[in-house]
Amino acid sequence: MQFKEVAAILKEKHGDAIVSQDETRRDPFVVVKPASIVAVARTLRDDPRLRYDHLSLVSAVDYPKEKPPTIEVVYHVDSLSLNHPFVFKVRLPRESPKVPTLLNVWRTSDWHERESWDLMGVEFEGHPNLTRILCAEDWVGHPLRKDYKWPVEYHGVPCGPFAKEGVNIPPDWEQEGFTTRKE
Amino acid sequence: MISLLAEDARPDRGTGILELVQLLVKPETYDKWAPVLVPAASLAIILLFLLPVVATVFPMFAIWLERKVSAHMQSRLGPMEVGYHGWLQTIADGVKLLAKEDIIPGGADKALFVIGPVITLAGVFVMLAVLPLGPHLIPADLNVGLFFLAAVGSIEVLGILMSGWASNNKWSLFGTIRLATQLVSYEVPLGVSFVTVTALAGSLSMQEIVREQHGWIWNWFVFRNPLMPLVFIIFYIASLAENKRAPFDLPEAESELVAGFHTEYSGMRFSIFFLAEYVAMYVVSAIGACIFLGGWHTGIGPLDHFLQGSRGGWGGEAVSLKVALLANVIGVSVVFAKAWFLIFVQMWLRWTLPRIRLDQVMDLCLKFLLPASVVFFVASVAWEVVPWEQLCRSLPLAERLPRAIVFAFYSSLVGLWFKWFWSTFQVPLQRSVQEKPWVTSGAFTT
Amino acid sequence: MAPTEIHGDVRTEEFLLNMGPQHPSTHGVLRVVVRTDGELVLEAIPHVGYLHRCFEKCSENSTMKAVVPYTDRMDYLAAMCNNITYSLAAEKLLGWEKLIPRKTTIVRTLLFELQRIASHLMSVGTYGLDVGAITPFLHCFRERERLLEIFEEISGQRLNYSYVYPGGFQYPWPDAINKKIKAFLVYFEDRIKEYNELLSYNGIFVERTSGIGVLPPDMAADYGCTGPMLRGSGVARDLRWDQPYLVYDELKKEGVFQVRYYGDRMPNPADQMVKWELGVKGDCWSRYMVRAGELEQSRRMCLACLAKLEKLTDADKEAGAVSVIKEADKQYLAPKGQEAYFKCENPRGELAYYLVGDGKANAYRVKARAPSFNNLQVLTEISRGAMVADLVAIIGSIDIVLGEVDR
Repeated sequence: MQFKEVAAILKEKHGDAIVSQDETRRDPFVVVKPASIVAVARTLRDDPRLRYDHLSLVSAVDYPKEKPPTIEVVYHVDSLSLNHPFVFKVRLPRESPKVPTLLNVWRTSDWHERESWDLMGVEFEGHPNLTRILCAEDWVGHPLRKDYKWPVEYHGVPCGPFAKEGVNIPPDWEQEGFTTRKE
Repeated sequence: MISLLAEDARPDRGTGILELVQLLVKPETYDKWAPVLVPAASLAIILLFLLPVVATVFPMFAIWLERKVSAHMQSRLGPMEVGYHGWLQTIADGVKLLAKEDIIPGGADKALFVIGPVITLAGVFVMLAVLPLGPHLIPADLNVGLFFLAAVGSIEVLGILMSGWASNNKWSLFGTIRLATQLVSYEVPLGVSFVTVTALAGSLSMQEIVREQHGWIWNWFVFRNPLMPLVFIIFYIASLAENKRAPFDLPEAESELVAGFHTEYSGMRFSIFFLAEYVAMYVVSAIGACIFLGGWHTGIGPLDHFLQGSRGGWGGEAVSLKVALLANVIGVSVVFAKAWFLIFVQMWLRWTLPRIRLDQVMDLCLKFLLPASVVFFVASVAWEVVPWEQLCRSLPLAERLPRAIVFAFYSSLVGLWFKWFWSTFQVPLQRSVQEKPWVTSGAFTT
Repeated sequence: MAPTEIHGDVRTEEFLLNMGPQHPSTHGVLRVVVRTDGELVLEAIPHVGYLHRCFEKCSENSTMKAVVPYTDRMDYLAAMCNNITYSLAAEKLLGWEKLIPRKTTIVRTLLFELQRIASHLMSVGTYGLDVGAITPFLHCFRERERLLEIFEEISGQRLNYSYVYPGGFQYPWPDAINKKIKAFLVYFEDRIKEYNELLSYNGIFVERTSGIGVLPPDMAADYGCTGPMLRGSGVARDLRWDQPYLVYDELKKEGVFQVRYYGDRMPNPADQMVKWELGVKGDCWSRYMVRAGELEQSRRMCLACLAKLEKLTDADKEAGAVSVIKEADKQYLAPKGQEAYFKCENPRGELAYYLVGDGKANAYRVKARAPSFNNLQVLTEISRGAMVADLVAIIGSIDIVLGEVDR
C-alpha cells in the first residue's frame, strides 16, 4: 500500500488529527496532532488494511531555529505482514515538549521513549517509568538538544570534548551551537 | 599408624607395608624393631612418595594435561612457551599464584574463609590413604576402606560450604548451595554402587576388593555380571558429580555464577581449591580403577597370578625382594594407567558436553540414577546367587562362560562405538588437511 | 528486604542479585537486576547505558563520511553490516542510489553475508559457552579467524573495518580475494555440520535450551523484536526477503536466497504472521537454530554473489574498481530539510539509520535503530519463572551486543 492510500485512510478516520502531509521527502510523512496520536496509532495498528504491528523507531529532532522552536518526534512504523513502511510525526513546542505515550499501542516504545526523554527531553505523558536510560541517573540536561552545554565535570571527572586540563571552552561555543566541526 | 590398627583387626593377613618391611630386613631385626619400623615405613611412604608425588607432581601434570587435551580438542596448541610443549607452565603459574596478594574480602568471616580451602584439601588427601597402588603398596589397608572413602568424601563438602558461606558473596552462596544439593544427592547412588561392589567382593577392604579381581580380564568387577557395567556407568556419573566436573560443574559454573564458591578466592587460596579438585579427580578415578577395573591387576591371567602371588608366595615359596619390587612396579603402573585413562575420559567429557541445569541434575540423580542403582544392586546380587558353575559345567569354558559372554558383549559394544566414532571424524579431517583454504599469504597482500 | 512467601512449611525470602555489569555471560556491560526465589527468577530487569558513547551527538558533530568509523563501534561483531547500512542510508539521503556501480552493490551484498556468517559464528559459539560447552566456541572461532583474515586483506582491519563508505569503498576491492573467499566457503560447508553434531543436536544442549524463554509471536512483534528473535518465534519476517535492498531481490528470484528457518517449510509471503507448527516455539533453541541455519543460507548467498562478480562485464568491473568517494566529495552535503530512513537485516535484526539533512557536510540528526536495544527489552517478559541458569541462556539467545544497545 502506498503512502497516499495510508494517508487517505488516516484522514478519513481522523480528519482533524492530521495536520499536514509531505510527499516531497525521501520518506513521505504525515504530521499528527499530539493530542490524538494514540487514536491515530491505534488505527494504524488495528485497521485490517494497515496492520502496522511493528514500531521500528521513535526519534526526536530538535529545531531551535524554527519559528516557533519545535521538537519533532518521528515514528517509523512498519507492517510485518504487508510491508508498507510509514512515517508520522508530531511537532511539539520546544519549551515544553509533551506527547502521550504510545506504550499501550506498541510496547517497543517503552525504551525508545525513555531514550528520547533522556537525550532530548521529550516528556511522554502516561509513561510509567520515564527515567534516564543511556545517561547516568543524575545527569543534568538533555544532551541531544542543540543548545546543550557540556558539563565541565561529572563527579569530579572532567568531561566533554575539552576535558583536558587547561583547555577552555571556546567563546563561540554557544553562538555556533557547537554543531559543526571544521575539517 | 593406621595400618597398625588394621593389623590388629585382621591378624591373619598383614598389610602391604608390613610385608614389605619384613622382606627388607632380617627376621631377627624385624622382630626387635617392628613397633618402630612399621609406622616409620608408613610415614616414609606417605612423606616421600605420596605427598610429593600426589600433592605436587600429580596436579601439575594433570593441569598441564587438561590444558593440552582441551587445546587439541579445540584445534589449539595450548601452553607451548615454558619448557618443552609447555610442560613447566603449571610451575610458572604456581609461582605466580604464590606471589599474588592474599585478599580476604572485608565482609568475609575471616576464620572460616581461611580454614575452608584447607579442610577441602585435607578431605581429599585423606582419601588417598586407602587407595591401593600395588600388591604391597597401600598407605593403610583399612578393613573398612570403601566405607572410609565414602565417609571422608563428605568432608570436602564441609570445606566448600564453609568457604562459600564465609565469602559473603551472593554468587559464592549460590554455588555453595548448588554444591551441597548436588553432592549430598549424588552420594547416594555412589554409595549404592559401592555396596554392590562390596556384595560381590565380600569385603570393604580395598586390597581385598582388588585381590578378588585376579585372573583374566572378565574377572574384573565391571564384567562380573551383565549389570556391573551399568553399575560402573552409574558410579562414573556420580563420581563426575561428586567431583564437580562438567557436565556437573554447576557449583563453579563460570558462565552463570562467575566462579561459584571460589569467586572471592585468589592467589594461593584459590590454587588450593584447584589442587583439591585435581587430586579429587585422581581419587575418584583410582577408586573406579580399583573397585571396577581390577586395580593393580593387568587382566592377563598368568601375570595377575604372579602379582597376586608376590604377596603371600606361590604355594609356600618364599618371595624375594626383587620379585616383590617388580610386582609393585607393575602394580603401580597398571593402577596409574587405569586411573589416567578415567581422568582422560573426565577431561574428554568436560570439553565436549554443555552444563546441565540444577533441576536436571537432581532429576537425573533422584529419578534415574538412584532407582537404577538400587535395582542393579538387587539384580547383580541375584545373579551371584545363581549357581552358574553347576549350570555351565558341561558347556565350553565351563564356569567362565557367563563372564566371557558378558565380556564379549560389552567389549563388542565398545568396539562398535569406537569404530563409528573413528569414522565420524576421519573424513572431515582428511578433507580439511588437503584443502587448507585458510592459508593466506598474509595480510595486506593486495 | 522483600515480602516473604510460604511454600509448605518453609518460609522463603527473595534474593536480590545484581548480575553485571561485570559478569562473564552478560555479553558486555549489561546489568540485570534479578529478584530470585532460590534458583527461580521472579523478575529480571535489564539496566543499560554503561557503554554509552554519545554516538548520535558525535555523529551530529562530524561529517557524514566521518561517521562511518563510529558505526563500526555500534555492533562491533557486524561492523561491515553497520557500515553498509549507514552508507545506504546516507546515499538515500544524498540521492546517490543510481550512482553506485553494480559491482559495488554486489560486493556489498557479499560483505554483508560474510559478516553475517562471522557474526553468527560468534553468536553460536558464545551461546555454547553460555550453557557450558566450551569447545564449540573455539571451533567457531577457528572459522571466524579465517573470515577475519579475509576481512583484514580487504580492509586492513580485523574488527572495525570502516571499509564501506557512502559512495563506495575506502579502498578498491581486491579481486584476488574472491578465490580465497570461495575456498573458505567450500571448506565451511562441513564445519556447519560439525557445529550441528557437536552442539545443536546435543542432548544436553537441547534439554537446556528448548522450552526456555518462550517468546510468543505476538509478544515478539509488540516488543519490536526483529531478526532471529522474531523468526525464532515463527514470524516470517526478513527484510532481505520482504523489502529487498542491494541484490537480494535477484538472489530471491534465482532461488539462492531461501527463507528456511530450520525445517523445510517455506513461508508463504501472502500469508500474515505465519505460526510454525514445526517446533518453532520461540524458545532459546529455536532462536539458536535460526542462527545456525542462517550460516548455511548466507554461505549459499555468498557463493551466488561470487558467481555474479565473475559474470560482470569488463566495463562494470572498471566502474566498480574506483571508489566514487573522491569524485563525490564536493557534493557531500546533506540536502536541507531532507531526511532518510533506511533499514537492513543485520545479523541481530532490523538495523536502521535515520538521517536528517541541513545543507551542511554534517547530518543534522543521526539516529540509529539498534536491533539489540529492542530485542533486549523483552528480557523481563521471557525470563519470568526461569532459573538463574536459564537466565544466562536467555540472554545468550537474545544475542545482544552492548556497543549497539548503549551506542
